[in-house]
Amino acid sequence: MPMAAEEIETMIRAAIPDAEIEITDLAGDGDHYAARVVSETFRGLPRVRQHQRVYAALEGRMGGVLHALQLTTACPQ
Amino acid sequence: MTDDATSRIDSTVKGNDVVLFMKGTPLFPQCGFSSRAVAILEHLGVTYESVDVLQDQGVRQGIKEYSDWPTIPQLYVKGEFVGGSDIMMEMYESGELGQLLKDQGVATAQ
Repeated sequence: MPMAAEEIETMIRAAIPDAEIEITDLAGDGDHYAARVVSETFRGLPRVRQHQRVYAALEGRMGGVLHALQLTTACPQ
Repeated sequence: MTDDATSRIDSTVKGNDVVLFMKGTPLFPQCGFSSRAVAILEHLGVTYESVDVLQDQGVRQGIKEYSDWPTIPQLYVKGEFVGGSDIMMEMYESGELGQLLKDQGVATAQ
């Protein structure tokens, strides 16, 4: 059961309200996405923790219904 | 997670300098992300232990709880979780991964 890009974005924004989110549907099949999430709240956190915050926002869907999400996180420049 | 799987994961992570939990084997990766992780380690010329999670359901589930990380592959260096394939690629491209291995006293070809 794939997820829509809007659904992914909505869930991330609900958990990280200041996030700038860019989602790309890599294969056009609604199942392979790339996401870039930029948030001030990531500042000072190691990458693993930044990614964990995004995975937490997706409430267990990552690795389940959402197989492929290439994730890039950053702080605003 | 069964205690048995946890202790197997723990002893593998702590007993090897570099461990990659992956789907398939380095010769026959069963997933594009695992394949990418293998390619990075091969490029760095580092010796690593690999664990095929497809061969062990306990480890496949347990490793996700062990690191609080929902996906595979997962890289560990000197007992510490480093990240999945996206972080590995980012760190490889910026030179951080090679530096981390060097700092941890792990031999690489570069």
